[in-house]
Parts: sequence; C-alpha cells; structure tokens
Amino acid sequence: MYEIRIHSRGGQGGVTAAKLLALAAFRDGKYATACPFYGAERRGAPVVSFVRIDDEPIKIYSQIHEPDLVIVLDTSIMDVVDVLQGLKSGGTVLLNSAHPLLGCNGTCRHVDLTGIALAENLVVAGSPILNTPVLGALAKMGVVTFPSAEKAIREMFADERNVKAAKAAYEELKA
Amino acid sequence: MLTIATGNKAVAAAVKAAKPGVVAAYPITPQTEIVEQIAEYVTDGDLESQYIPVESEHSAMAACIGASAGGVRTFTATSSHGLLYMHEMVHWAAGARLPIVMANVNRALGPGWNTWAEHSDAFSQRDTGWLQVFVGTVQEAYDATLMAFKIAEDERVLLPVMVNLDGFALSHIMQALETVDLGDFLPPYHLPHAIDTENPCVYGPMTGPADYFRFRWDIERSMRDARGVIAEVEREFAERFGRSYGPTEDYRCEDADVVVIAMGTLGKEAEVAVDRLRDEGIKAGSMRLRWFRPFPDLDLAGREVVVIDRDYSFGFGGVVAHSIRSKTGVVPYSVIAGLGGQEVTYNDIADFVRNRHPGTETWFGVSDHV
Amino acid sequence: MSAIPKEEYLVKCTSACAGCSSSLCLRYVLKAAGPDSVLVVPACCTSVIQGIYPGTAMNVPVYNIAFAAAAACASGMSNAFCALGKETNVIVYAGDGGTVDIGIQALSGAFERGTNFLYICYDNEAYGNTGMQRSGSTPLGARTTTTPGGKPTGKKDLDRIVEAHNPPYMATACSAYPLDLYKKVKKALSIEGPKFIHILAPCPPGWRYPTEKTVEMGKLAVKTGTWILYEREYGKLTISGPSKAAMKRPAPLSDYINGQGRFKNLSPEVMDEMRQQVERNIQRLSREEAGVC
Repeated sequence: MYEIRIHSRGGQGGVTAAKLLALAAFRDGKYATACPFYGAERRGAPVVSFVRIDDEPIKIYSQIHEPDLVIVLDTSIMDVVDVLQGLKSGGTVLLNSAHPLLGCNGTCRHVDLTGIALAENLVVAGSPILNTPVLGALAKMGVVTFPSAEKAIREMFADERNVKAAKAAYEELKA
Repeated sequence: MLTIATGNKAVAAAVKAAKPGVVAAYPITPQTEIVEQIAEYVTDGDLESQYIPVESEHSAMAACIGASAGGVRTFTATSSHGLLYMHEMVHWAAGARLPIVMANVNRALGPGWNTWAEHSDAFSQRDTGWLQVFVGTVQEAYDATLMAFKIAEDERVLLPVMVNLDGFALSHIMQALETVDLGDFLPPYHLPHAIDTENPCVYGPMTGPADYFRFRWDIERSMRDARGVIAEVEREFAERFGRSYGPTEDYRCEDADVVVIAMGTLGKEAEVAVDRLRDEGIKAGSMRLRWFRPFPDLDLAGREVVVIDRDYSFGFGGVVAHSIRSKTGVVPYSVIAGLGGQEVTYNDIADFVRNRHPGTETWFGVSDHV
Repeated sequence: MSAIPKEEYLVKCTSACAGCSSSLCLRYVLKAAGPDSVLVVPACCTSVIQGIYPGTAMNVPVYNIAFAAAAACASGMSNAFCALGKETNVIVYAGDGGTVDIGIQALSGAFERGTNFLYICYDNEAYGNTGMQRSGSTPLGARTTTTPGGKPTGKKDLDRIVEAHNPPYMATACSAYPLDLYKKVKKALSIEGPKFIHILAPCPPGWRYPTEKTVEMGKLAVKTGTWILYEREYGKLTISGPSKAAMKRPAPLSDYINGQGRFKNLSPEVMDEMRQQVERNIQRLSREEAGVC
C-alpha cells in the first residue's frame, strides 16, 4: 500500500487533488481511496487529504500517520502544520515551490505548480489551480501513469489547459 | 458505470436510479452533499422529482409522510441533530406504515458541536419501527439504498428504512463505485393505502385503548416478516448485479476463537486487525453487523466476542454489546470507541482483542475494564 | 469613530473566512453591548468562527444551542436573569437559516411573549456553515448549491414578519456601516422588551466575489436600494442616513448584481423582477416615512 498525505488550504483544491489522484490510480487498475479531513467548510483553513493506493481492496478508513509521500500545495502552511510528521524513513516530499526544502529528511522534490498554473492562466476566483498540474508531477514520480493522469483530468475538467499544466509539471519536475 | 465516488455521492446516485417522485431536502454536515447532488440532478433534468427545500428536518419528514401517503416514492437525508429534530415524525412515519427511505449520515450529538462519526443518532431512533441498515463501503451505500426502496415498499413490510453511513469516514471518502442499470428491479411505487378520493379513508385518527395495541403488533409482525423480505431482496440483488449481502459481513469467522463485532467503517477496518492478529497466531475473525433493525439472529456459540460500540446508552451500556448479550446470551468484552469521530485504527482494534476481558466494559482513551 | 470603545470581545484566532461580514459585525455588536452580555448562538457560521475546544476567540459568555432553539433558549435565560435581578444583556446572534427557516417558531414565540432580549440576525442569504445552500432568505435568482439554476422564489420578508409582532425596537443594518450598527445596538439595548436587528452580511464564498470587496458589496446593496437601512421605534419608521440618498436616487441594480458570481447569467426577467421589488420597497417605505399610506 502506498500512502499519500496532501496538505493545502481550504479553497485551493487540495481535496480535488486527492480525488484526481485516486481516480488516476483507479484508471491504472489499482484500488484507491481518497478522503479529506476537515471540519465545517472554511476557506483558507489548513486542510489535509489522504490517498491510499494498493493492488488489494483498501479497508482502512483511519488517518494516514506514516505517509510514503507528503505533498504540500501551499508552503505557507508549514508555519502552522508539521507537514513532515510521520513521514516514513525514505519517504518523499513534494512541494509546490520554485525552491527546494532545506533540511529535509528523505527525498525532496519541488516543482512550481503555482507558476505553471499562472503560465497557463489556470486561475479560478483569483486562485491558481494546483490540483491538475500536481498530477503531472506525480506521474513523473511514478505514482500514477501519465495516460491515467490525463484521463482522470479529462473526466473531471473540460478545460484542456488542465492537461497542458499537468504536462508542464511533468516536464519541469526534475528527475 | 465504473468510477470512484464518495459515500454521499453514491447514495445520491442510487436515489437518482430509484426515481423518487418527491425529495425533501435540508442541509446538515456531513450529509449535505447528498441533497446538493440531488438538486443538481433535478436541475439538469437527470431526475424528474419534486424537490422540496424544507425549512427544517421536522418538516422534511412531515413532507415525506405527506408525499408517501400521497402516492409517490419519497426520500430524504439527514444526520445527528437533524434526525433528532425529526424524531416525533420518524415515529410517525413508521406508525403510518410508509415506505420512506432516508439516508442518515451518522454523526455525534452536541453540545459541544461535533460533526464526526458516531452511531448514537441512529440508535436514538431504534424503537421507532424503522428498519435500519449500516453500510461499510461506498459501493454498499449505493447498493443498500437501492435495496432499501424495494424492501420498504414490499407489501409484507411497508415500513420506512434508514440507511446509515459513517459521517466523514464513509460519507466523504472516495472509493470504487459501480452503478447499475436497474431494469425492473424496483417495481413502480404502489402503496395500498395511498390517498384515494374514490375510496376515502381517514388516516391516523383517535384510536382508543381497545384498538391501538393491535396496530403496534402489526408493525412488529411486519418487522419480523421483513427478515425474510430482506433476505429475498438481497438474494435477487446478488443474482442480478453480482454482489451479495447478508445480515452480517463475516471475515475469517469460520474457525475463529474470538470474533470482533463492529458496525460501519470500523467493521471494515476490523478485517485488517484480524489479518494482523492471525499473523500473531490469534484465531480472530470479524463480523460486521449490517442490519440493526430487525436485529438478526447471530451464531456466536463457543466464541469469545469483542464488541465495539460507536455509541453509548448512558446509565446502561453500549447498545450493540447489550443487544448481542440479550439476543445471544454471549457475554462480550464491550469496548466504547470512536465517539465523536475519535480515531480508531486497525492497531487499536487488534489491541482490543489482545487485551480482552469478557464481561467488562472499556472506554477507549478513558479507562480500562469498568 | 472616537465614540467606539477600544476593548475587544472578539479576539484573534477566529476561524472566519477572509472578508467575513459576520465577524466584522460581531466585533461592533460586542463593543456596543459591553462585557455584561451573553451571546446565544445557534448552529451557524459563528458556531465555528468562535473557535474549537479548547480555544475560543470570545471574551463574553457564549451559549451555543441547537439550531431551532436560539430564541427559546434566550427567552429562558432572559427570564432567569430577571428572576435573579440581573441586567445582563441576552443577545441572540444567528444566521438567516436559523432565523427565517428553522428558527422562526421560537423567534415568533419569544417576540409574542414580549421577552426582554435582543435578536440579531446576520444575513448572508444562505446556509453558510454547511457550504451555501438556499435558505428562505436567499433572493430570487441566486445560485446556491441547492438552487443550482437560481432560486425560483423571492426572499422571505423577515422584517415584516418581525414587525407584525409590534416589537418596541427593530432595525436593519449592514456590515459596511459599522458605526450605524454600533449605534443601533446601543439604542436597542437601552430599551426593554424584544428587539430585532437584521444585518445584511455580504459573504465572499457564498456570493462569489473577491474577499477584499465585502465592504464595497455592502455599500452597493445600500446604494442600489436593495437593502434599506432604517429603524422602527414602537412602529415609527426612521430611514437611516446612508439610505436616504439611495431611496431618492438609487444606483443601478446591475452595479450590485454584476459583481456577484451567485447572480451569474441572471435572466432579464428575473433582473426586472428584482428591480421592481427594489422599487416597491422604496415606495412603500418612502410613503410610510412621509405619512402617506
């Protein structure tokens, strides 16, 4: 089982990112679950989403305490939330950032999802869309395949810029 | 159609397939997505239904009663305080012998406000005459909602059915969902005692001491007949759509020395605990209780039983533990866990089994063996 | 603004959305009410804004209560304070859903009984706490998650319902005019009996406009005559300053409507009906103020 924890703020699409990821994994023929953890709807509050991917049916509903992968869509959260808590030794961190994370215990990847979204003019209500480009980065990392990522994006969104942004993130994420 | 969906969306998809003539809707976390999705279906023309955005849950159930008696298939959804607010009408719906289907997204009760999973809300309605089923997966939420309409509307039953799913843990989690083409699985709605101006009747008038008790016996008789109807419907569902359900979902119970009994998502996560325990040499099994009303016959002879109650009846005990004890004679180890969404993992569940003390009660996180 | 006390009763660390009208208003309500006050809060955004156990952003007692019950709970509390000889202000602070829909029975009963309390309804025209579903207070044509095609019926006239109970004081207010709100709360609390203040509370996620435009949105509501600021003392109507000019020469309704995503693609018919409603309200209140009825 591969366990992923996604950190974002309410209204940034972190929950949708989890859905997209689970859908892409599903289209890869895997079992996948995605679940947000938050209270009453509140834009701007820190939000955590959990995604599990496995070759067997997933019967776990409790929170992910030892993720294999931590994704941070809004690095400003890191002032208030310990995003690295429980990260498995040898686990991976993926940051939405133009800069690498200092002092990271594990494999640290970063890609400027915000920059990519703005370049594609993928903006809704003043906020850049991060959940489709991040799927491209995850495909580069081998969490899902790119064809399934594309498929999942097209199932959920009509705007092709989402696929373009995913491609751009795929290209930009350094190996 | 194979996709992934949340528990809430799965319930809404089943409602769409069932084509109710009236849906009463009122928002409450964590059920709201159900009524929102149905609103979208209606607005987009995917579901032809009279959507009534009522002003409170009491009115939601009252509206369902009027609609069902009026002659159409009816649905509403609620949770926690919403369910409690409609309590008097929940009783009324069963007494009126109306096959209303309601999704209840299990949530704890305030004060303090808590929007996370707990079963106390549903159990507070356990004496009302409603059938109650508790689901453990997104697919089951869809399937059980479809079957609920058929069971409720069967002339041997004619009682309302509550489909329970854990708040946030199941309502908001995305899992695989296969939607089906119903075909003629659900016959057209037919209520024998629907309002008919050609054959006018008075519904629910003053009924005195010499007569009232007979109507209560009628409810109980239908509740007993419902066991057979449930089995029939579940069998037909399995034949048509390939997925089997029963009063419980048993996992590795055949040769188990100790059985963990839980409801909802804890009942699924218990299977993971069972696998861990088996690896340690403990012959554990899990039995996820699905049907709560009518309460099923359970065969627990010769086993130790650990019951996890995600609920409590103050001054008495865990509702499920005591139900099992009184119905089977087996004295369980009663664990009270998961109240207000308290996190309970498969490791915790395995610990409950490892540390079991039959005949005692433990409040997870508070005390041992009281 | 020098008349407004410095003390804060709504402190940092609320969970409000950026641009929230309600927490803006609550600050001024509490400054006007002072520390000898209890807030009775039914299920609404404020239930969450006040913070989650064990922290709180509130510096006055807050009694959280079930959705339908705020006015009834306040009624009991007010009577209790009376029995104890206490002067403590009992203030219900409720959203529109908990007032105009599920809470209306209790509101009506409390007012009919002449309960000594202040009922404040902050109206963001939807069930905000659960993610923006329609309420009876949602205006015609507005998109919400349960009216994706636009609400087919008009906004319930809560003010006339309350007026029918002949309260000694009622008023309308708006988050864009905090000093006006402050004065109205102060006046209300100086009067014995049931008092009502209805605050228009523009809401960025609900009305779909950028979070920094909340005050501008409130001003547009008043300038277009969509929301009229007034007071009734023992039934006698006084139009408040900011609405006087608006009633004589209201700004075009489109100024208000066009900035809000919830009114996107409003049909010309609905827009027209809205204009007529604004016109009717202005006429009705103008005539009443002039003594012509």
